[in-house]
Amino acid sequence: MGFLAPLLSTETSLSVAHVLAGGLVLVSFMMLYQDRLSSVINVLALHSAVLGFAVGWQAIIQNAPELYITAGLALGFKAIVIPLALHRMVEKLGIHRQVEAVGGISLTMLAGIGLVALSMVVMLRTAAHADALAREDVALALSVILLGMLMMVTRRNAVSQIAGFMSLENGLILAAAGAQGMPLVVEISVAFSILIAFIVIGVFLFRIRERFDTVDSTTLDAFRGEMQ
Amino acid sequence: MTPVILFCALAWFALGGIGMLWGRRDVTRVVVYGGTLAVAGIALLAAFFQLGLGDAPVPTLVLPLGLPWLGMNFHLDDLAAVFLIITNLGAAAASLYAIGYGRHEHEPWRILPFYPVFIAAMNLVIVAADAYDFLVFWELMSLASWALVMAHHNQQETRRAGVTYLLMADAGTLALLLAFGLLAGAHGHYDFAAMQAAHPSPAVGAVVMVLVLIGAGSKAGLVPLHVWLPRAHPAAPSQVSALMSGVMTKVAIYAFIRIVFDLAGPVAWWWGLVVLIAGGVTAVLGVLYALMEDDIKTILAYSTIENVGLIFVGLGLALAFKADGMVVAAALALTAALFHALNHMLFKSTLFFGAGAIQHATGTRDLSKLGGLIRRMQISAVPMLIAAMAIAALPPLNGFASEWLLLQAILLSPALPQFGLKLAVPAVGALVALSAAFAAACFVRFFGIAYLGRPRSGAAAAAHETDVFSRGAMIGLAALCIAAGVLPGLVVDLLAPVTQSLLGAHVPSQRGLSWLTIIPVSASRSSYDPLLIFIFIAVSGSLAALALHRFGSRVIRRAPFWGCGFRGLEEASAPDRAIGTQYSPSGLAQPIRRVFASVVFRARDDVVFRARDDEMMPASGRPVPTSFVSRWIDPAWGLFYTPMVALIGQIADRANRLQFLSIRRYLGFVFAALVALLAWNALWG
Repeated sequence: MGFLAPLLSTETSLSVAHVLAGGLVLVSFMMLYQDRLSSVINVLALHSAVLGFAVGWQAIIQNAPELYITAGLALGFKAIVIPLALHRMVEKLGIHRQVEAVGGISLTMLAGIGLVALSMVVMLRTAAHADALAREDVALALSVILLGMLMMVTRRNAVSQIAGFMSLENGLILAAAGAQGMPLVVEISVAFSILIAFIVIGVFLFRIRERFDTVDSTTLDAFRGEMQ
Repeated sequence: MTPVILFCALAWFALGGIGMLWGRRDVTRVVVYGGTLAVAGIALLAAFFQLGLGDAPVPTLVLPLGLPWLGMNFHLDDLAAVFLIITNLGAAAASLYAIGYGRHEHEPWRILPFYPVFIAAMNLVIVAADAYDFLVFWELMSLASWALVMAHHNQQETRRAGVTYLLMADAGTLALLLAFGLLAGAHGHYDFAAMQAAHPSPAVGAVVMVLVLIGAGSKAGLVPLHVWLPRAHPAAPSQVSALMSGVMTKVAIYAFIRIVFDLAGPVAWWWGLVVLIAGGVTAVLGVLYALMEDDIKTILAYSTIENVGLIFVGLGLALAFKADGMVVAAALALTAALFHALNHMLFKSTLFFGAGAIQHATGTRDLSKLGGLIRRMQISAVPMLIAAMAIAALPPLNGFASEWLLLQAILLSPALPQFGLKLAVPAVGALVALSAAFAAACFVRFFGIAYLGRPRSGAAAAAHETDVFSRGAMIGLAALCIAAGVLPGLVVDLLAPVTQSLLGAHVPSQRGLSWLTIIPVSASRSSYDPLLIFIFIAVSGSLAALALHRFGSRVIRRAPFWGCGFRGLEEASAPDRAIGTQYSPSGLAQPIRRVFASVVFRARDDVVFRARDDEMMPASGRPVPTSFVSRWIDPAWGLFYTPMVALIGQIADRANRLQFLSIRRYLGFVFAALVALLAWNALWG
């Protein structure tokens, strides 16, 4: 699709990249208030798809063919395979109808807004000389990372924590793709580490389930006898 | 001359390797100690040569080791040369001593690998010219000496001493690390030349001074950071005790001088006050401890604390004078401090050698079991007597010369403008005089109980003279004590380039004065003629002895003596019973202990009757075995260390809860830390 590049002015292409990055932040917010596991997984699929498009767009405007591989990985693997596997897992565990008690949606959303503002301010301070759009891109990527962490911290269910972790990793890839050319090796190794984390956590989930009949990670604390 | 010192250090490391590989063979002892002696001699010559070179600038030697952008910087200026002389003279004497004394070591492979490394580390600390090197070799010095202290690790007391020493050494290094971090500033200029060029703000300089006082003071033994010293120094083998007390404390003093006088920028007047008070208190408390102690090596370790206090008084005075621009007076005080550092190395090493000889000859370090050794150790008793007289500051020996210079500097204090100093310096002067008097009492007790009188135990009665190497080392150092005492002008002139480079002034040259007089300030103020005093003492002493022997009665009369109320002692046929009625070390120290130590140290004397526990006093006329118990405590433990240990325990207990949180909480902590750092960056970054 490199043929598109000459058709677009630099300004337009950068704004499209900006819109896609902003979309990723928006989807992160969507994830924050999902209280059903199946919808969390669906939003995660959407999140990865938006990332795929964003990286693909970066590949076009940077004329960097290796980024297509990253985009393909994101679209095929993260947007389709992993969500499907997670759905299967959730059904197997029999918790797909489960409603997760997410304490204080509005508070979480407010915290999320605060995090986005924080990352904007940080980037404004630390990268004052950089180009405004590039700076915004990095700021958006940073807010996706922070929102992923917020997701991991606020949820009790291990599946939702996986979803938060995956969205955090998406933020990392967005930041890396925005920077001119991340080596493919790095990208592949990141992808593999995610895969391994996914497998480990998946196996772990079933083990937890086998023992405690639930995937609520607080039972682990009770088991350790260290509930505060 | 810097490369010479580095090659010497390499040679020492190689000797350490030899000690490690063949430590079990008897010949290795001679090779290692003899080699160390030879190398120390070369380093000593190099240091003298450097000092004789005069004002020629010395290039800094940079080796491509250590931190990549810094390298290893070495520099040998006049200050470093003086301390190299002290270090290598002490090292040479200790090595000579150890050639003979080391024969009695049961497990020499625990000592031989570390002994040369310890000496090399002390030399390298002195020539290091950047903070990284300095701290690396400082830590090497601490660890090597720790390993040497732990040589006799099968004794419970030694292990406790080792733990205390390790903790205090690391705390001190931490303080020095922070001080260097502050001096290096935000850009991290760790070489000393850049630190000298950058002028730290007064606040930074003050914090650095306090940190160095803690860091170097804990190594040197300033009260209340001294608690490890009287445990660790005696626990080591005697040649190592001599090195630790005589030399390693001097390296700590070198660190203080290097950082505070050379690197920390302009001096504020109150720095001098802080150092003066710390030094004065250390001097008096150290010698009081020494007076109450019965273990001969522990007495010497406490006496080291006293002498370190005196040296710090000199340094504090120099700081105070320097802050007020009285550079000549500052030079006098610094000269006195450096002179005393040299002297302390000389006589304290001799005393530790003698204590080692006593320990080997009698198998005990308990003063109350010694006595009459002067008849059995006739040769080594002489250098011991000279060293004891020197440390007690008797003229014409070197201890008097340096303490006299120190008091001359104190007498210049009325010219100081600050009221606080005007009041404090004479008070500290009184403390110095008091500690000198106590030191005299302490060493009268030490020498009198150990060498005079009659043996208080069978072991003391069966003591034998020490070997020829040990005697040689002791006699050599004692001769230097006399030489430095009779010719103090030479030493003062030797120290002049140091004060010239640090303070920009020096004590007037003593060369060419008639009768080897020293006149530190001006002839109208004060002068001291050690040679005349020496001649006077020698002549009058000889005349008195001659008169006594010539004109006094030569008839030996045997007569019954008063037996302190015991019956049977009057009979000349039972001389052994009389031994128990000699002065005991606790008895000799009792008046001073009662007057000065009953409040601070809570010294208590008890008489315990062994007949029945409930019996306080036996009925009159009924003999009951009794013993005398003297108890005292070190207030530093109760005031500082016990609360500190309790506080650290509490914090550890609180922090321990952090080990048992849920994964989500840990994630939360990471998240909160990240957000907090980002927020910090956003608001103040």
